[in-house]
Amino acid sequence: MTTDLIRFGLDGRPQRRRLLGAATASIALVLWPVRDALAQFRVEVSGVGLTQFPFSVVGFRGNDAASEDIAAIVRADLERSGQFRFVPATTGGLDETSRPDLAPWRDKGADSLVTGSVSRLADGRFDVRFRLWDVVRGQDLGGLSYPVSAQTLRLAAHRIADYVFEKLSGDKGVFSTRIAYVTKAGTRYTLWVADADGEGARSALSSPEPIISPSWAPGGSQLAYVSFEARKPVIYAHDVASGKRRLLANFKGSNSAPAWAPDGRQLVATLSLSGNAQIYLVGADGADPKRLTQTSSIDTEPVFSADGKSIYFVSDRGGSPQIYRMDAGGGNPKRLSFSGNYNISPSPSPDGRWLAFISRVNGAFRLHLMELATGTVSAISDTSADERPSFAPNSRMVIYATRDKGQEALMTTSLDGRIKSRLAGAQGDIREPAWGPFQP
Amino acid sequence: MLFTSQAAAHLSVVLRSRELKLRALLGVAVLALAACTNIPLEDVQVQDRTGTSVSELRAGNAAGGATSGAAGEGVTGVEVAGANRAQPDALNRVVYFDFDSFEIRPEFASVLEANAKYLGVDSRRRLALEGHTDERGGREYNLALGQKRAEAVRRAMGLLGVKDIQMEAVSFGEEKPAVAGFDETAFAKSRRVELTYR
Repeated sequence: MTTDLIRFGLDGRPQRRRLLGAATASIALVLWPVRDALAQFRVEVSGVGLTQFPFSVVGFRGNDAASEDIAAIVRADLERSGQFRFVPATTGGLDETSRPDLAPWRDKGADSLVTGSVSRLADGRFDVRFRLWDVVRGQDLGGLSYPVSAQTLRLAAHRIADYVFEKLSGDKGVFSTRIAYVTKAGTRYTLWVADADGEGARSALSSPEPIISPSWAPGGSQLAYVSFEARKPVIYAHDVASGKRRLLANFKGSNSAPAWAPDGRQLVATLSLSGNAQIYLVGADGADPKRLTQTSSIDTEPVFSADGKSIYFVSDRGGSPQIYRMDAGGGNPKRLSFSGNYNISPSPSPDGRWLAFISRVNGAFRLHLMELATGTVSAISDTSADERPSFAPNSRMVIYATRDKGQEALMTTSLDGRIKSRLAGAQGDIREPAWGPFQP
Repeated sequence: MLFTSQAAAHLSVVLRSRELKLRALLGVAVLALAACTNIPLEDVQVQDRTGTSVSELRAGNAAGGATSGAAGEGVTGVEVAGANRAQPDALNRVVYFDFDSFEIRPEFASVLEANAKYLGVDSRRRLALEGHTDERGGREYNLALGQKRAEAVRRAMGLLGVKDIQMEAVSFGEEKPAVAGFDETAFAKSRRVELTYR
């Protein structure tokens, strides 16, 4: 397996580039300056997929009129997945209406080609159009148009990348999704919401006390999290767009580990009401909690299965923390983890096939993946301070926090562990990632 | 805020001489209260569902709206202030724990007694028992472990006569290590319960 390292730097200068002419060995993505310094990421991708789709994308005709380079974003998204290999463009001047001569692309080894255009609409918005070509068979694989505002140009590019990704790989793309995470700089904690590529990060909450355990509501407009601003852990539900938030749980003692039910009407959480950490069902409107576990041990980190019928959780009722699953109503607990004496942080895949979790092996806290049908477990990272895995909504990748080269960083990995990308913040520590859902 | 063990012992002695008198007074007060109102002294749930407790600040979204990126919706920032209060001087307020342990070592009995006295003086005084762990392991599991330590101190204080309404056991888990570092010395200083007056 060869390892290609691709660095995407941010120098913050606005520029528009066309991908014409000669190939460039280094890729410098230039984007609008991000207002918040902490939001500048460096993204490093390592590893390649078993198969890589060779593709090309030509600069969109008329892109000069817009502030975002659509073709560059599409290219960066597809390359970052590790499953696509970029073939430099041979000619320019194409758009989604022209039927290109595909022979030169075939000669260059590209199997697919994306062309497109950006034009100004009468109401000041932009019309972003594209077409995907199957170079090998000489076929048109479809195209779409996106009327978008200047603020949502990047989203249009991500949607195009999703389209190409799905058409060619068969899996839904996650380039248009968002991630939430927490940074710590000195004594300042910030909860951020960013695009899946690390761009466009905005602060949702800034506090002098810790913030942990963000959890996306289905639909992606709200985040639940634990804030220590009252000098005790308290659960909030936070509307991301408006900044309006409401208290979900501030019972006596500690309130933590919130996780939404798939219907968005309830959450599970860990409350210490009974004196020890136990799992409760809490209404999304803060209604009276219903106790789901009945032990005198630690039961925590509850998370619903995608179908809402089960709850995975961590319990040390057997003497050490292990992963269990119980009915959504709280009955029939069944132990799932049997290897080692420290298994925590379960994260089930949306398609119901996998469970990501953290297992301590010889003192190292490492990301593992369990195939639920068989119980087979494998380690899918080689770092030793992994935390908080969160599945991407297409069930093909996991984001997690780790400590790498002495610095906290976020990592994403494919399920086979081959393709990893590392998001390191420019300043401060970064932790507690949560991958947002598909949004309509 | 650490206190030398000598001074603590002295304080303990000074307080002990008044202890019997105080305990008697407390006992009478408790009886009187119970007789008057007949309310059992047990856990009170602290709930706040109205949810608008902090001031909001729109952060950095000038110039015509936030960049909306993937969702097509913006993000509005919220900034919150902290909640720090001054602590009483000359009172040792930290209890340390061994690795993987929730037992209060005998050497810390005096710390608990001193704080129990302090609480007994004025029933309006409120104490948070803040449990902590070292940084190894998962955040949520460590939050639960810290809670276990805080709960152990709470029970011990209850046995010393402190009313439950005056105490709340909470946890910070691994979020507030006492000192930076990844060696056993740093870890040992983080495994603690801090008695913090609210």
